[in-house]
Amino acid sequence: MRYLRYVLDHLQKDLRLEWRSRDSINGMLFFVLLVVVVFSIAFDPAGYPTVTRQIAGGILWVGLLFASMTALNQSWNREQRNQVLEAQRMAPSPASALFLGKVLANMIFVLLVEAVLAPIFVVFFNLHVLGNAWLLALILPLGTWALVVKGTFFAAFALRARNRELLLPLIFLPLSIPAVLMMVQATTGVLTAELDPIQIRTWITQLAGFDIIYTTAGILFFETILNAE
Amino acid sequence: MARSPILRAIAWLWFAASIAALVVGFRQAIFLAPTEATMGNLQRIFYYHVSHAILGLLWPYINLAASLAYLYWRRRDPLKALSADALAVASAEVTVLYAGICLASGMLWGKPAWGIWWAWDARLTTELILWLLYVSYLLLRRFSPTGQTGVLSAVLAVFAGIDVPIVFMSIRWWRTQHPAPVFGGGADSGIDPAMMPAFLWNLGGWAMFGIFLIGFRFALERRRQLAEQDAALIALEASLETPQ
Repeated sequence: MRYLRYVLDHLQKDLRLEWRSRDSINGMLFFVLLVVVVFSIAFDPAGYPTVTRQIAGGILWVGLLFASMTALNQSWNREQRNQVLEAQRMAPSPASALFLGKVLANMIFVLLVEAVLAPIFVVFFNLHVLGNAWLLALILPLGTWALVVKGTFFAAFALRARNRELLLPLIFLPLSIPAVLMMVQATTGVLTAELDPIQIRTWITQLAGFDIIYTTAGILFFETILNAE
Repeated sequence: MARSPILRAIAWLWFAASIAALVVGFRQAIFLAPTEATMGNLQRIFYYHVSHAILGLLWPYINLAASLAYLYWRRRDPLKALSADALAVASAEVTVLYAGICLASGMLWGKPAWGIWWAWDARLTTELILWLLYVSYLLLRRFSPTGQTGVLSAVLAVFAGIDVPIVFMSIRWWRTQHPAPVFGGGADSGIDPAMMPAFLWNLGGWAMFGIFLIGFRFALERRRQLAEQDAALIALEASLETPQ
């Protein structure tokens, strides 16, 4: 119970900081919007509705992947000003609570971005979902969690690194390939209705398993990373 | 590390033995093994390709074990932890090398056999992702701040170790839904018994050579660590001297 309160405190702090500046949400929103526009121009979705349906899932996730990376790079910056991070290391609360709070905050930001952008995405790509669209309400949070939990963890790697912006994608992308595969396959399956529902369900189950495994690993190893030297 | 002459002699003997095994393996593979029925002499690349593929999947386990040992000893026994770290670097570099050779020889084989350099087949994709993971591990070592390299890279190695089976399963699942591209061969019962000696000599030879490379790189890394420690000690002593 006390652990939960620590997590909520961290979450509240992050939300309040974000509310005051709104930097990462605004940045992400505009970034994904730009990605959608650039891809719409590159692939001409109006002309080829079937092809569009097949690639839309991939484009959506690639856009979100890059957008969340820009925000994740920023998310630990706040802790660095005024040696907040050193204070966090000395604080008696468990380090993993800090990690979980940060993950939850980032999750909320990315979900907000998704909620705003999903309609725009559908309009720009003239998407007509053929499968069970409600499944997306399950796939999107699961996929987002997979990106955010890993991204937050690896963004902490780069905390004291020289070229922080470069390091995160280099270690985050190779490890995220299976997650990207799962979420893109599930999303495309729903959009095109070409996949068997059982297969879609298997992808969703795999994604959930992936989330659980990496959340556990992140919680276990975060203290090591925070106190690395 | 003590530069004992016995150890050095063993290393050279090991190196000579692995070269000898590779020479025998070359003779077996190129001259003695029977020509394959459909692919002809082209199939001889199999002995090199499959050896590297198998070994490229083996070295990551050394890396994972060394990284876990590093994390365990980090606070308890820092000197042992440093050796574990050196072993982790060495095995990661050799992993990248072997997986890279496997990919390159696979492409050389794929072009004449399938007509394409690359197919997004389950095994190819898995091997490529393995290669990517360990390249990112080496890049992390390069980019991470001094003093933290060991811890950060060890944690990344553990994550990579978790990732490899997930990659394997998900890609298998992904690719078995579609008709898989032609993928002949494999080290299974499929090959002719007469090809077995060539395969085993090459597998053994490349395994010995890989172990030699890891050992050599390990010794190199240990020397670098010791030199770093000496330099730090000298700097520390210099700072303690009272100015005259």
